[in-house]
Amino acid sequence: MDILLQQIINGLTTGSVYAVVALGYTMVYGVIQLINFAHGEVVMIGAMVAFSVITALAGSNLPPLVIVLAGVMAAVPACMLMGFLLERVAYRPLRHAPRLAPLITAIGMSIILQHLALLVWGRNPLAFPQIIDNRVFGIGGAAISSVQIAIILMSLAMMAGLSWFVYRTRFGIAIRATAENVHVAGLMGVNADRVIAATFIIGAGLGAVAGVMYGSYYGIAHYTMGFNLGLKAFSAAVLGGIGNIAGAMLGGILLGLVEALGTGYVGELTDLCTWPMAHGWLGERCADGGHFVLFGSNYQDVFAFLTLILVLVFRPSGLLGERVSERA
Amino acid sequence: MNLQVHYGGIAAVKDISFAVEQNEIVCLIGANGAGKTSTLKALARMIPSNGEIRYGEQRIDAIPSYKLIGRGLALVPEGRGIFARLTVAENLAMGAYHRTDKAGIALDFERVYGLLPRLKERADQVAGTLSGGEQQMLAIGRALMGRPRLLLLDEPSMGLAPLMVEKVFEVIRAIAMEGMTILLVEQNARLALEVCSRGYVMESGTITLADSSTALLADSRVRTAYLGE
Repeated sequence: MDILLQQIINGLTTGSVYAVVALGYTMVYGVIQLINFAHGEVVMIGAMVAFSVITALAGSNLPPLVIVLAGVMAAVPACMLMGFLLERVAYRPLRHAPRLAPLITAIGMSIILQHLALLVWGRNPLAFPQIIDNRVFGIGGAAISSVQIAIILMSLAMMAGLSWFVYRTRFGIAIRATAENVHVAGLMGVNADRVIAATFIIGAGLGAVAGVMYGSYYGIAHYTMGFNLGLKAFSAAVLGGIGNIAGAMLGGILLGLVEALGTGYVGELTDLCTWPMAHGWLGERCADGGHFVLFGSNYQDVFAFLTLILVLVFRPSGLLGERVSERA
Repeated sequence: MNLQVHYGGIAAVKDISFAVEQNEIVCLIGANGAGKTSTLKALARMIPSNGEIRYGEQRIDAIPSYKLIGRGLALVPEGRGIFARLTVAENLAMGAYHRTDKAGIALDFERVYGLLPRLKERADQVAGTLSGGEQQMLAIGRALMGRPRLLLLDEPSMGLAPLMVEKVFEVIRAIAMEGMTILLVEQNARLALEVCSRGYVMESGTITLADSSTALLADSRVRTAYLGE
């Protein structure tokens, strides 16, 4: 098997999920300079709602694709409503509060949503029903599954759709104008409250689909899944330049690739038996093709956060960002 | 049209009262920090104020800023306030954001491009790459895209080279010729009084003089304090 190609395929899959989730962080940040730490939980709720609908319909005679679509169709409006309520209830009252207040509220909302999910869906991991026959295709010594193909294509379609909306429509231009200067956009007749609510709703809708994709890729949904996924998507948004929409897409894909390639090669690279200088004192353990691996693939999560730290140290404004973020 | 502002609370502007009639160009001159920009911002509801602001028959002091352009009131803010990361054409489109008449908007694009040909050349360029003078033109053009009936201009000459200032004021004159009602706030008193028919002089938050431009230009107090004579 070709590890390089395989890890690129895996990285593109998770990376496109990160990219879609990162869009939710970056759009909200762009407009109100708030890091909505509850966004990961909105994504998790999306996965949970879809899980419930798909499980409920799994026994019926409906075609599998219809069942999955029904799950997505239920998750998207549920999450949009949640994004809307989150902004209304938690953030809008703090619009003019000191900067730290909404940030702490965001963390609080994240904890509240996690525990709501714990109450509704329980503490155990839920197995996503595998109702679609997951076919695997071989390409150039690597394997790509139909779920991976679906995830990559759907993510690309959503990113293209969002780009069209933000760069080509009247309301999209208003969103970008508001992100630049909310007062002047107001002079043009833009109702900032509506724009802000819209960014939350759009981000949550995209996040819902991402949650379903993530859940069906790993075959599991759990009330804590939003935390890790959210942090990685946030790292992706920072990598691309927080507040920058194209940056979030690029950052997500890159982060997925870094993570997959890191995970794929870390064992090989940290196998001391391949380091000539270590042979002396590891002699016996390396005999007969033995291994002495320092870091295995369970270090997967390290790569995303290592990337975040490196970006923050060397290029805090991100790859495509112009402004250095003022708050984090 | 009548426009009145009475301030109670804020120290920046204390109980001032003035009016702009239809088709009139009125200027508000005064030194830095006299309260001119605060007055305009209060008119555009960008900052809270006490007192009464009338526009035509209606009071507008209780409505949010974003509804004003729909009523025909546009402000070109101090420092231009262009959207630097949007293209020139997108900036102009934002000016017409509240409008739904597509044909009329297309017509106004042509009108603004006719008045400000530089903008047409740079329509697809990101606005942040324009020179200061071009940005001021863009800010004025963007306000015109909203088809206002009252145009508030805040320090249009600020930070511009003398040649550019002249060009900007040529544009303002051209707009005035078309019958636009304008309230112009300017530190450059001579330039302002030359285009206006009437003027108010503001000093530390109050209006100290109000007269026709010719009378103000001849006034000894104005001449020593603002015209540097």
